[in-house]
Amino acid sequence: MAELRLMKGNEAIAEAAIRCGCDGYFGYPITPQSEVLETLMARKPWEETGMVVLQAESEIAAINMVYGGAGCGKKVMTSSSSPGISLKQEGITYIAGAELPCLIVNVVRGGPGLGTIQPAQSDYFQAVKGGGHGDYKLIVLAPASVQEMYDYVDLGFELAFKYRNPVMILSDGIIGQMMEKVQIGPYKPRMTDEEIVAKYGSWATTGKTPNRQRNIITSLDLDPNRQEQFNLKLQCKYKEIEEKEVRFEKIACDDAEYLLVAYGSSSRICQKVVDLAREKEIKVGLLRPITLFPYPTKAIQAMLGHLKGILAVEMSTGQMVEDVRLAVEGKVAVEHYGRMGGAIPTPQDVLKALEEKIIKG
Amino acid sequence: MDVKDIIKEENLVYSKTKLLTDNIMHYCPGCTHGVVHKVLAEVIDELGLQEKTIGVAPVGCSVLAYNYIDIDWHEAAHGRAPALATAINRLYPDKYVFTYQGDGDLASIGTAEIIHACNRGENILVIFINNGIYGMTGGQMAPTTLIDMPTSTTPYGRKTEFNGHPLKITDIIAQLPGTCYVTRQSGHAPAAVRKLKKAITKAFENTGKKKGTSFIEVVSTCNSGWKLSPVKANEWMVEHMFPFYPLGDLKDE
Repeated sequence: MAELRLMKGNEAIAEAAIRCGCDGYFGYPITPQSEVLETLMARKPWEETGMVVLQAESEIAAINMVYGGAGCGKKVMTSSSSPGISLKQEGITYIAGAELPCLIVNVVRGGPGLGTIQPAQSDYFQAVKGGGHGDYKLIVLAPASVQEMYDYVDLGFELAFKYRNPVMILSDGIIGQMMEKVQIGPYKPRMTDEEIVAKYGSWATTGKTPNRQRNIITSLDLDPNRQEQFNLKLQCKYKEIEEKEVRFEKIACDDAEYLLVAYGSSSRICQKVVDLAREKEIKVGLLRPITLFPYPTKAIQAMLGHLKGILAVEMSTGQMVEDVRLAVEGKVAVEHYGRMGGAIPTPQDVLKALEEKIIKG
Repeated sequence: MDVKDIIKEENLVYSKTKLLTDNIMHYCPGCTHGVVHKVLAEVIDELGLQEKTIGVAPVGCSVLAYNYIDIDWHEAAHGRAPALATAINRLYPDKYVFTYQGDGDLASIGTAEIIHACNRGENILVIFINNGIYGMTGGQMAPTTLIDMPTSTTPYGRKTEFNGHPLKITDIIAQLPGTCYVTRQSGHAPAAVRKLKKAITKAFENTGKKKGTSFIEVVSTCNSGWKLSPVKANEWMVEHMFPFYPLGDLKDE
């Protein structure tokens, strides 16, 4: 029987982690995501499923605990908010460079610097374009509801292990803090140590047995040709992800003359904008990217034939809009509308921006 | 009689350490890493722990430790080995997890990680190579560099008013209730190597008994960084390093 529960986005992350068979969570308190660690500590999953939960001494330590746990084949995760995610970038690039699976949740707040504890979407570039040093990509999932916060934990781990690549859930302070009803799934058992050896024994540090070579987890190769080959291998993987894993949602797009492109919280606001515009007989549709990498470039391109203009709506100065422009290649007008610093646009604000920047423009 | 007739079990007095690989070591002749690697490999082998041991390598000269000891290894970011080891230990409580770190790694960039791992009493063992210098990057000042000791970033010698004091991190670690065994050893003479082996053996046994963190500092030479011959480096270490970093157990509970 599916169970419905009213919960915060951050609580949904914690509950989903326990139920999807996560082996370890390592975190550090930061607003507005501290409920993830608090919920886990209150739930005591180590008594229920054996899941390890640890409050680390810093975000840097937390992501490096994830690095260690991922290296030994376990299903491990961390969560934080923008300033903390900046600190984690060192560990994230090592995890990407060592090709390890893990899940990182960013409940974004406004920046730069200490910024604000209010919601924002200003970490898009950091999440989607790399973040740390070197040529690497995360798979980035953008939930727009508390239900999706819950669902994308399991999905995130599935993708992480499928591609041996770190996955980020890019959320924000609205979705982390708001309460909605969530359909809770059944428990998935954690993998046993024997199952981990059987499945990941070819690469994970599970202890060297006589039947195999020693496993070495590293992101180091001092030979330039081998390091180049490794980088090319990563690019092949990212290309495969772009071909197979694009996810998006289209609302009222079939007859749309104008398109809103928005993810996460902004897409919830834009759903209302579509209704308001349709009442005024303006044919507006909404494309909501669910994966930010890989980006739904082709989905946007496929609609260009009947579009007169596109408005990218984000709670930032305009980051995702660059990917919309790359998809559109100058074929129709693309503008950006956003609020920042913790300010949240109203549907009326967005509709006004659409009319002024796109329809009249 | 040829060599084959001589190599018989009853004649065997010495052989290559079983868990050391055939890879050619990149360490400079005279470097203490070679000695510590050998002793560590011997202990793991003699205790029969190859299948249960996971090593966490640092950034520094021993970043490539995974090339030499035939166990599973995870290479950490600079200073973060204790964080990795924390997770591995908690996720596999019956494994023997150790970190192998230099003084720049453990006592400078990784100070927070080592202090907190030891303070939590993670059931791991730590091997801390203290040669008073950054070896791999070319002999820069480390937190453990002695007063007046010249390095590439203190070419006129380390001055307290400018560079602060050498950090006796092992003394701090010994204060932490999470540690069960804290000792300072060396590897410059046969007797010292035997003591070092005893210390590493005890540390692995402590892990088996889940006693908390065992911490072994090895006061070491970096003859290339110190610009001395291997023999002179050993003499310099005895004369200058040992008075400031005295050998012996700081804690054994």
